Amino acid sequence: MSTGVIYTETVVHAAPAEFVADAPYQLAIVSLDSGGRLTARIAGERVKIGDKVELAEERNDVPFFRKK
Amino acid sequence: MGIGKTAFGAFPDRTLRSLAVEAGEKCMEDAGVSPSQIEAFYLGNFAGPSFVGQNHLAPYIAGSLGLTGVPCTRFEAACASGGSAFFHAVSSVAAGLNDIVLVAGVEKMTSQTTPKVTEILAGAGDMAGEGRAGATFPALFAMIAKRHMYQYGTTREQLAAVAVKNHANGAKNPLAHMRKVITMEQALAGKMISEPLTVFDCSLISDGAAAVVIVPLERASEFTDQPVRILGIAQTSDYVALDAKADITTFWAVHEAAEKAYKMAHVSARDIEFAEVHDCFTIAEIVATEDLGFIKKGEGGPYVLEGRTRLRAERPINASGGLKAKGHPVGATGVGQICDVALQIRGEAGELQLDRHSLGLAQNLGGSGATAVVTVLGSI
Repeated sequence: MSTGVIYTETVVHAAPAEFVADAPYQLAIVSLDSGGRLTARIAGERVKIGDKVELAEERNDVPFFRKK
Repeated sequence: MGIGKTAFGAFPDRTLRSLAVEAGEKCMEDAGVSPSQIEAFYLGNFAGPSFVGQNHLAPYIAGSLGLTGVPCTRFEAACASGGSAFFHAVSSVAAGLNDIVLVAGVEKMTSQTTPKVTEILAGAGDMAGEGRAGATFPALFAMIAKRHMYQYGTTREQLAAVAVKNHANGAKNPLAHMRKVITMEQALAGKMISEPLTVFDCSLISDGAAAVVIVPLERASEFTDQPVRILGIAQTSDYVALDAKADITTFWAVHEAAEKAYKMAHVSARDIEFAEVHDCFTIAEIVATEDLGFIKKGEGGPYVLEGRTRLRAERPINASGGLKAKGHPVGATGVGQICDVALQIRGEAGELQLDRHSLGLAQNLGGSGATAVVTVLGSI
């Protein structure tokens, strides 16, 4: 589950109370090369639909992907 | 059948209870029934315990309406809580279990800060997955919009056209939260919430309540000589998490509910003259018009931009102003839509009255499509 393709994405400006300090941040649904989809955060450079990504790290059980 | 609604808006001096009681009393007065005649009470409410710290809401509201000794139950199905309460109330009447039933929906949201409201609303999604990653409801619908744009070429202008149309309608609705006309330029230049959705693509955080009384058709003449008939109704479900759905550009549950409701009503999509659809976000109205079969998949964007769903056009969508302009007190919304369709069928919609108003539809959506309720209503 470490590589995949961006199925859809958004940049969140208005964040829930818990994530206000992180905003704006990019959120995406990743179609995993191993099958299935996963909601993840994007680290580093912004991505668009169709971009190839890889798992960068996990923070508090949240996967962060970055552009490959 | 009786209907009653409070105004929707930000009412710092009003409690959840006082809003629900106002709608319930208006509704019973409209129906010409007294509390002692009501055999069951169904309440739609999404997050009263989180918003105002009150549980056990159904008997709490019922007691304030002078209604005791009957089954009182709260339904929670995110933004479809009201529609779900209505569906189950109709089911109990259709099954012959009850004759005279009161359904209400209520939400009191504005006593919390916007980040807190955003957090409570996020609880309608999958908190262990998308919620933990930082998904808000605008973010989920923004991701639906991005994918719809990618697959079908839907544009920012087409999204904004939903907001412009619904604000134009809402400006004429005395009970709407936002009675303000907006231009395409304003809609496109709104403050960004979650790309590509701006503040003008999002419905409002509102307080409000709505109620309806349901009776079996054979007893309707005891109460009114102008009954509104429930011709077809269905509630369906899908996965809660957006990433579990095969295709996020469609609300499969809405499509299924519509098929069932049309079949029950012996009508097809093309027969529906007008509809109140769940435009929690502008993209949701575009997707709904496709899922309900009003227009082919992928063509919902041009359908609204070309003006085909305006007040005086071929099939008016959200003549009331929709959630966008009316406001979206979550638990009240599904019941409020039934009131708005019924008002049109009775010919009592004032400045917003449509020329063709004998067959209408209400579509209520919960979460990012995990609950859907579709109701077909008509005159006899």
